[in-house]
Amino acid sequence: MKNNIIEIKNLVVDYDDERVIDGMDLDIGDKEFVTLLGPSGCGKTTTLRVIGGFVEPTAGEVLFDGKDIKALPPHKRQVNTVFQRYALFAHLNVFENVAFGLRIQKLPEQEIASRVQEMLALVNLSGYEKRSIDQLSGGQQQRVAIARALVLRPRVLLLDEPLGALDLKLRKGMQVELKRIQKSLEITFVYVTHDQEEALTMSDTVVVMNDGVIQQIGSPEDIYNEPINAFVANFIGESNILPGIMRRDFLVEFGGAEFVCVDKGFDKDEQVDVVVRPEDVKIVPQISGQITGVVESIIFKGVHFEIGIDSMGYHWKVHSTQSEQVGAVVGMTLTPDDIHIMRKMEGEK
Amino acid sequence: MKSKLPSLPYLIWMAVFIVVPVGLVLYFAFTTQDGAFTIENISQVGQYTGVLLRSIWLAAVATVICLLIAYPLAFFLSRTRASVQRTFIMLVMLPMWMNFLLRTYAWMTLLENGGLINKFLGFFGLGPVQMINTSGAVVLGMVYNYLPFMILPLHSIMVKIENTTLEAAQDLGANWFQSFRRVVFPLSLPGVMTGVTMVFVPAISTFIISRMLGGGGNSLIGDIIELQFIGASYNPHMGSAISLVLMVIVLLCMSLFNQFDSSGKEGIYS
Repeated sequence: MKNNIIEIKNLVVDYDDERVIDGMDLDIGDKEFVTLLGPSGCGKTTTLRVIGGFVEPTAGEVLFDGKDIKALPPHKRQVNTVFQRYALFAHLNVFENVAFGLRIQKLPEQEIASRVQEMLALVNLSGYEKRSIDQLSGGQQQRVAIARALVLRPRVLLLDEPLGALDLKLRKGMQVELKRIQKSLEITFVYVTHDQEEALTMSDTVVVMNDGVIQQIGSPEDIYNEPINAFVANFIGESNILPGIMRRDFLVEFGGAEFVCVDKGFDKDEQVDVVVRPEDVKIVPQISGQITGVVESIIFKGVHFEIGIDSMGYHWKVHSTQSEQVGAVVGMTLTPDDIHIMRKMEGEK
Repeated sequence: MKSKLPSLPYLIWMAVFIVVPVGLVLYFAFTTQDGAFTIENISQVGQYTGVLLRSIWLAAVATVICLLIAYPLAFFLSRTRASVQRTFIMLVMLPMWMNFLLRTYAWMTLLENGGLINKFLGFFGLGPVQMINTSGAVVLGMVYNYLPFMILPLHSIMVKIENTTLEAAQDLGANWFQSFRRVVFPLSLPGVMTGVTMVFVPAISTFIISRMLGGGGNSLIGDIIELQFIGASYNPHMGSAISLVLMVIVLLCMSLFNQFDSSGKEGIYS
């Protein structure tokens, strides 16, 4: 049993009569890197703000170290936040921004100086103490925001889409850096993003959310390889989602053929969703394919080609390092491991 | 050369309406009626020290009261929805559409010994309270007339302070008071500067308000200057000299105040 630092129980949040979070249960383990992932408006930021104390839950409990913290104002919680657009103090320089929380605690000057220096070193900003905030680049401002929150040695650091405003290369660098910081400081990170790649790269646990409801909780591998429903499959990476029928255990029919799969425990002839990742489809000569189709489009993506193939009216998305000719008839094969069977989502026809 | 051309109208405007008048004030202040150079006028300003000090004092009191009223108002207003803010700003500016004299006359009828307020008090067997022709009435007139000039700059700077900045302060352990002192107030200082300037400068040189609400006993330096130009003691040389001294005093006050601002910006700590 993991040691939970935060437990969210049956959380409900209404905003202007609209239900933003609808009965959420989530345990966050100590020293864990948890990512809340989902499209905008799914309630992930609201969840973070509930933990930070900026949003009052309509119902439900938030336990911190086993104690209910509903009545605790933000400034008394052992969590700190890295805000979406940094929210740095424009009237203070880098040093004073980071020192802010320590000054509130009225620590001796010497300790403040050494802890600020230590944090600036951690985020690679040594020597920037006297700079004013508007002299910094977006990436540097981001680092100040992280240092400012971490200098207080919180038990939990909340990060609200902290890399959203950075360009791709900088974002990749910061992803690695954040993971390194989290490991070296051994504190819990709760990270909010809509970028699935970011979530998979950094997290120990990914929480996929949609419409205020948790869809799936799992390790990045689990979420990617075993999506629980079509929403998760679609949101995490690209995928082909086809309607299928479970003929019997280990045999599924979809796309005009029967395939051996690794799933069982479904009703006979149960309607299911079948997920196939584009990189798992192998393109073979027409005669050796389990199914065949016509190449519709080819887009060069750098590492691979994204090939669109029309097979019996379904438009397959296939990633291949080999290019094909538009209009060519090709075969496709799948191994049992490549086929992910999911029950139909509730409420779906 | 080319790039200067568009600014030419403004340069001419400034020359005609700012540089020339100030030059004239300087000329009159340092000359006698015959046009000979003298510092007599300036040295005579000393006789008005009492009035000058009272002007500075009343203007300062009015400025502080404006700040005390406008600051919390502007702050809480800046935290409301945009539509509420628009409506309220409209309401703040509404009285300014009415003539300044008319508004001040209205206060006269309210404050007079037989005025509305005293009549009302009379129903309860109170008063009459002497309100008109007191320095309090002058300050009231200043606050009433110049309050919008304090609210508007404060509000426009405070809407720029984002809620997340305040949340960040709380998140870092600051309670309400600490967030205010260490974040809101320093960030709003430029608005305070503008507001104070826009209230203090017209208040120190007003003569209408003091004459209408202050009676004879509360004349301000503005009244004295006016007398030199249209009164029986017509003396534009003396009037210019007093104006010049007043300008210098205002400049000194403002630069002193700005000093305090720039030292604040460096951070209280560094």
